[in-house]
Amino acid sequence: MKHLISTRDLSRAEAIGLLDTTADMVEVRGRDVKKLPTLRGKTVANVFFEDSTRTRLSFEAAALALSADVSTLTAQGSSVSKGESLKDTLQTLEAMGADYIVLRHSHSGVAATVATSGWTDAHVINAGDGTHEHPTQALLDAFTMRSRLSGATARGAGLDGANVVIVGDIAHSRVARSNVWLLNTLGASVTLAAPKTLLPKDVTEWGVSTSLTLDEALDGDPDVVMTLRIQKERMSSGYFPSESEYSRFWGMTSDRSARLKDTAIVMHPGPMNRGLEIAGDVADSARSTVTEQVRNGVAARMAVLYTLTGAQS
Amino acid sequence: MARIVLTKPDIDRALTRIGHEIVESQRGRTGLIFLGIPTRGVFLARRLAEIVARIEPQEVAVGTLDVTMYRDDIQQKSTRATAPTDIPASGIDGTTVILVDDVLYSGRTVRAALDAITALGRPDVVRFAVLVDRGHRELPIRADFVGKNLPSALDERVNVSLTEVDGTDEVSIA
Repeated sequence: MKHLISTRDLSRAEAIGLLDTTADMVEVRGRDVKKLPTLRGKTVANVFFEDSTRTRLSFEAAALALSADVSTLTAQGSSVSKGESLKDTLQTLEAMGADYIVLRHSHSGVAATVATSGWTDAHVINAGDGTHEHPTQALLDAFTMRSRLSGATARGAGLDGANVVIVGDIAHSRVARSNVWLLNTLGASVTLAAPKTLLPKDVTEWGVSTSLTLDEALDGDPDVVMTLRIQKERMSSGYFPSESEYSRFWGMTSDRSARLKDTAIVMHPGPMNRGLEIAGDVADSARSTVTEQVRNGVAARMAVLYTLTGAQS
Repeated sequence: MARIVLTKPDIDRALTRIGHEIVESQRGRTGLIFLGIPTRGVFLARRLAEIVARIEPQEVAVGTLDVTMYRDDIQQKSTRATAPTDIPASGIDGTTVILVDDVLYSGRTVRAALDAITALGRPDVVRFAVLVDRGHRELPIRADFVGKNLPSALDERVNVSLTEVDGTDEVSIA
């Protein structure tokens, strides 16, 4: 594996291998000495053309934990704001010795373009491209599900038979897409719950079920409910009538949380709109994996950086 | 053609002898921890811990130490899968750590293991026990306890099978 662009590219064995390595990295994160020498002398360039706090910090923490050097470039305060092209920016980074390029961009497909363009020899990791994919988020989510649902027996296992509901703005969500492909590969069954306006047109080809209300999806007794962030800019675009109506039909409220079986978990990739897609007390409850997801995110990104490192066969 | 060099009774005898040597080398020191290097070192470590506890009843801890992320050939070789590291909750500070592996060859795994141990704590003593020493060292490293010295050619393969993973106890060379 040279690049990580899409969870669609991962075989089941590769995906499970990444989850197992993530588990080993979680153990390392719990030590007094949290640093591994693995990427000593290598440089990870974080290139963020779109705002992000947790993903950027998470990749930085992961690279530093593996002893890599890190340089971070954001669109504000760089030559990108002067109109420098993507190609020129990347070739500058390459000339400065970047071995890994972690790339976030508001346009779908940019990471794949960079990986196949020949502009750079670096490993390319997609940290979110438009509404397309966010593969490391899906890996940390799958890891979080696997450790909560199977505990100590998780190593080497997929998510076979797990019943996962993803609720929210599926149409514009790269998190949902990456999750769906990975969950399918790992053997979970996925139900997407969203207003019709927020379901993608080609959803019938995704290998998932759909529900037009969250209550209907919860009738299936899920093991996992993943809530997605409603982006504020969508609210004025007529995708749904009002915040209170969204919350009434698709919000993860306390009443809905009480319907879930004891072992079920509620996830959110952050940042949360408390009271809109997820109620505050659900986000703070024992079911919630929100902070666990952030913690696992560093370990999952360490696993990805390491796994891309070996010689290519 | 694979030639069998150690049978199950040979392996049992070698481990029992190593057990006695470890007890003798302890000379009244306490806090013995066997750390097996995955995969087969883990099972050898468990067996040695049992043998030592039988020879001289004492607290013997067993753990596993994955050295994958400390190797010096990460860039050159295709990616190796990592394995869990499992250290006793009380840590390794002030203990005697016996590193255990199945085959000693270049010495690079042991070097990586010594780095990994340094990140986990500061034992009083670190020793190394191995079932088969096949020679061809690339680093100034030797084992303290050796089950069998097995002179080998570089193009030969030494294969260790253990009941716990392979269903049978046997060492062969091909």
